[in-house]
Amino acid sequence: MKIIVTAKQVPDTNEVKIDPVKGTLIREGVPSILNPDDANALEAALQLKDRTPGSTVTVVSMGPNQALVMLHECIAMGADDAVLLSSRAFGGADTCATSTTIAAGIQKLGDYDIIFAGRQAIDGDTAQVAPQMAMRLGLPLVTYVQNIVEINEAEKYVIVERQLEDGHEVVKLPMPCVLTCVKELNTPRYMTVGRILYACENDSLIKIWNEKDVELDPANCGLNASPTKVDKSFTPAPKGKGVMLSGTIQEMSAELVGMLRAKHII
Amino acid sequence: MAINIDAEKCIGCSICVKECPFEAMSMTAGAGGKKLAEVGNGCTECGRCVEACPKGAITRTGTSMKNVDISLYHGVWVYAEQRGGKLMNVAIELLGEGRKLADEIGTELCAVLVGSECDDLVDELFAYGAEKVYYANNPELKNYTTDGYTAAVYRAVLKYKPEIVLYGATHIGRDLAPSVAVKCGTGLTADCTKLDIDPETKGLRQTRPAFGGNLMATIICPNHRPQMSTVRPGVMAKPEKVEGKKGERIDLNIKFKKDEIRQQVLDVVKKVGEMASLTDAKIIVSGGRGIGGPEGFDTIRALANKLGGSIGSSRACVDAGWIDHSFQVGQTGTTVKPDLYVACGISGAIQHLAGMQTSKTIVAINKNENAPIFEVADIGIVGDLFKVIPAIIEELDK
Repeated sequence: MKIIVTAKQVPDTNEVKIDPVKGTLIREGVPSILNPDDANALEAALQLKDRTPGSTVTVVSMGPNQALVMLHECIAMGADDAVLLSSRAFGGADTCATSTTIAAGIQKLGDYDIIFAGRQAIDGDTAQVAPQMAMRLGLPLVTYVQNIVEINEAEKYVIVERQLEDGHEVVKLPMPCVLTCVKELNTPRYMTVGRILYACENDSLIKIWNEKDVELDPANCGLNASPTKVDKSFTPAPKGKGVMLSGTIQEMSAELVGMLRAKHII
Repeated sequence: MAINIDAEKCIGCSICVKECPFEAMSMTAGAGGKKLAEVGNGCTECGRCVEACPKGAITRTGTSMKNVDISLYHGVWVYAEQRGGKLMNVAIELLGEGRKLADEIGTELCAVLVGSECDDLVDELFAYGAEKVYYANNPELKNYTTDGYTAAVYRAVLKYKPEIVLYGATHIGRDLAPSVAVKCGTGLTADCTKLDIDPETKGLRQTRPAFGGNLMATIICPNHRPQMSTVRPGVMAKPEKVEGKKGERIDLNIKFKKDEIRQQVLDVVKKVGEMASLTDAKIIVSGGRGIGGPEGFDTIRALANKLGGSIGSSRACVDAGWIDHSFQVGQTGTTVKPDLYVACGISGAIQHLAGMQTSKTIVAINKNENAPIFEVADIGIVGDLFKVIPAIIEELDK
């Protein structure tokens, strides 16, 4: 089977700190990582490859050249090869334009049986790019996949569990298709030393494609092709400092209950 | 970007000519005198012919970045998400917000309802302020599927041209909205926390948090319509229900071709056991890593029960397997805005703060006086929650 995984390099938002004086983000020194949900997508692909001899896993990403580090990690985890869609023309893309570029990259790769994506990236949390990509490729989609029940290569269908807020549903759909994965699906494997060396010694496993390589008009990429624009961005006004209670536990509890009752909250 | 005709697949049936809303399609003589579809100048690349073609001979490539005539688009629409014939709370909240936007623009508020035999909901939508309800009723729409629901909403948008469409950012809304947006060739802004209208352009300003709420961005969609947003449940206020209020019901008469809906829902499974009801709760008592283990929620639950509230959790407890994911408050969990939020043993990571910092009153109980949670708290108590909570319960009993 030919398996494709889409992945994004993101700043580790767990490590993002706020400047206590200016109230702005401190971006320096924040490590870049493989987006967590995308690691689950890659693991799902690798498990499928393990079960289906002769399969290949190709990781597709869009971003600056720094993202090569993340793609090396994907290969060290077990992916066969990778494509980085990288060009100045792709910059400033909203989710709509990003999905066009990634879909073009996947079309250029040609034949595929199944595409795994992460549910959402932790830097933007939109969860939009994978559904938009599926729509552009004309592929059936299921999002929030928390369990893969069956992948039937011979009869070309998959059965998955789709997570809902209050349970799940079991959905059957034909292949090829796009599945977006949540963290409950699996536990991503670690890189192995052997694979790390292999990835480092074989740079040719990662191709870098620009808009010409994927036959996209620059007018259909990046900022030019983004219907949404950022009008402004701002730091929310910090909330006024509250009251810290003092005294014994009994005194503080009495004061708290008194304050809440006075405000008619309880 | 273009509409392409595959001369080999085209059988000259003229269906696309009839379907084209812009009279841009015509039949011409192809090779060997065979009738062949041709795309004319009036084409807006709307994609109607792509859907209509029985042979798959028409395809659309690329994204239309042609600016649309935005003056043709009117009205604010709310996607009235229902599950099992029950309207989701977020749909009601969006009708409240949609009313505000429609009044600011001076236009009408409409709901779009997709499902099977859920006629009762039409009156409910009128009662919550919808002036029109566009209703797609078809047995094939009983359960949500990406293909079925996307086709229903897309065809309604194509025909009636709303200027704004709002969706709840539920697991279903976040699947449907991006699919519809691509078909419409328009933009979409996720998880908005504030919506308002630019008084000059009458365009929609969509404000959303980035980086866990530490940065806010206002997004606009100036040259494409409809303007589309998803909004998290629990963020907007519900409107008053006016029983007996009436409006106009418009049936969409959606029909599907065989195999058009490719997803097949085999089973819907409800989670058993204790379920979170965070978005409706007026009072939430949440536990974090400081509760020490799953049994720590007994203490949290005791206070919540005493206050008549619900319990919540930080991500740390969910990741540790102490409690179900549905209880998680924060960026990757549920956004809440209760009257009272009591954070117990929660340090206050930015992901958590993003999901609760707009609560009306925040009380924080934590051993560490430097915990960031105290930065957003209205009332802070430094102390051991296992001593403080029983003392509070004792005080409440007095």
